Amino acid sequence: MIVDSIRNGIVIDHLTKGKGMEVLSLLNIGDLEHSVALIMNAHSNKYGRKDLVKIENMMDVDLAVLGLVDPRATVVYIREGVVVEKKTLTLPTKVMGVIQCKNPRCITTTERDVPQIFRLVNEEQRCYQCEYCDDLRILKGDGIYG
Amino acid sequence: MNGKIYGGLMGRSYIEPGDFTMEEMNVLFELGESIQKNPTWYSDVAKGFIMGTLFFEPSTRTRLSFEAAMLRLGGQVVGFSEQGSSSVAKGESLADTVRTVSGYTDILVMRHPKEGSAKVAWKEIQIPLINGGDGGHHHPTQTLTDLFTIHCEVKKKDKMVIGICGDLKFGRTVHSLLKVISLYPRVEIHLISPPELKTPEYITRHILEKRKVPYFETEQLEESLPQLDILYMTRVQRERFFNEADYLRLKDSYILDPEKLKRGKKDLVVLHPLPRVNEISKEVDSDPRALYFKQAKYGMIIRMALIVGLLGLEKKEERHDS
Repeated sequence: MIVDSIRNGIVIDHLTKGKGMEVLSLLNIGDLEHSVALIMNAHSNKYGRKDLVKIENMMDVDLAVLGLVDPRATVVYIREGVVVEKKTLTLPTKVMGVIQCKNPRCITTTERDVPQIFRLVNEEQRCYQCEYCDDLRILKGDGIYG
Repeated sequence: MNGKIYGGLMGRSYIEPGDFTMEEMNVLFELGESIQKNPTWYSDVAKGFIMGTLFFEPSTRTRLSFEAAMLRLGGQVVGFSEQGSSSVAKGESLADTVRTVSGYTDILVMRHPKEGSAKVAWKEIQIPLINGGDGGHHHPTQTLTDLFTIHCEVKKKDKMVIGICGDLKFGRTVHSLLKVISLYPRVEIHLISPPELKTPEYITRHILEKRKVPYFETEQLEESLPQLDILYMTRVQRERFFNEADYLRLKDSYILDPEKLKRGKKDLVVLHPLPRVNEISKEVDSDPRALYFKQAKYGMIIRMALIVGLLGLEKKEERHDS
């Protein structure tokens, strides 16, 4: 299968097989006016199979959210057909509005307009802590809602 | 803002027990001792200041203790003692309520049933805020009370073995105490509870283990008692349970009576944040090791010290105005 290279834009590469749709959804990429290509189950020398996303004429992507969904992904920035930068991802130390606090006693469940904020407390365990109630969320490998 | 800095406490808020360093807490303890020895020096230091008490859930001790503290400093108090008499009952957000009341007052004390509510309120206002308890989360001034009592009453401080007994899952006083006491050098902690009411992992895993504090989890009060320098009893709180049957099954799990207390050291200090239900029998009250009512009085004094510190209030002889 051949998908054209992009001249200006971003390639989100090495996504874990099956993560492409989740990335599109969480980054709200589908709502943008840029051309977007989602390639699923592509061949990868490194991982066997992978998903990847190409976004034309966009140079800004929320690396924190991306790192949360799939920290093994790489982001490649292309200008005038040349790779100008390649970024590997890590788990973000702070995330806003992505992880929901599940503690029914947390103030964020009732108070209006309070952003959900989580901070990374243990990278190895993928463990985040609610800024307000200190409740812990261990993110499972198959998504951020674990 | 004019006033005494008190080691950097002036103008600050107190939301979580870890907000103050050990040095800052020692400043408060020294201030508390000074107030205890010479109450008249401080009897009008808060004249002209107003404290707002926003109690979104019922409280007797904490509210009265804060109000008494402010009145003993010569200040005044406005506020409400239940959510029904606040504008929250009309649908106002917590953020709007605290922002409004902060315009009327110089310092706020807030208790709210939701965890993390104090942090939400603190982000909204420019005056000092004291967290008087946010659900089952934190109750930092109870921690100050506990530590001030230990500071004044426990003579042997080289190595303290502390037993905390009862509801360690929902008891916010326990969580706050553990966060700070684990900063003390050479403490050993015995966590005594039924399995259903064990200490949450965010305390054991992320605080005690991280700080390498030796701790033991046990179901047996009798076994731990002979080793303890401090026994901190807690109430199994009905309001923290979703299920009445669970509450009834667990509420009498650990009752301290004179027979059990015989196993304790002669200089053991028995503390309790109060109110108690039946976890300490009435007969224990006459034992000289039972210090929980004295602890309640220390609570008012250290809250006086906290108000003085956060508002930067000065004793008469320290004031620079003519």
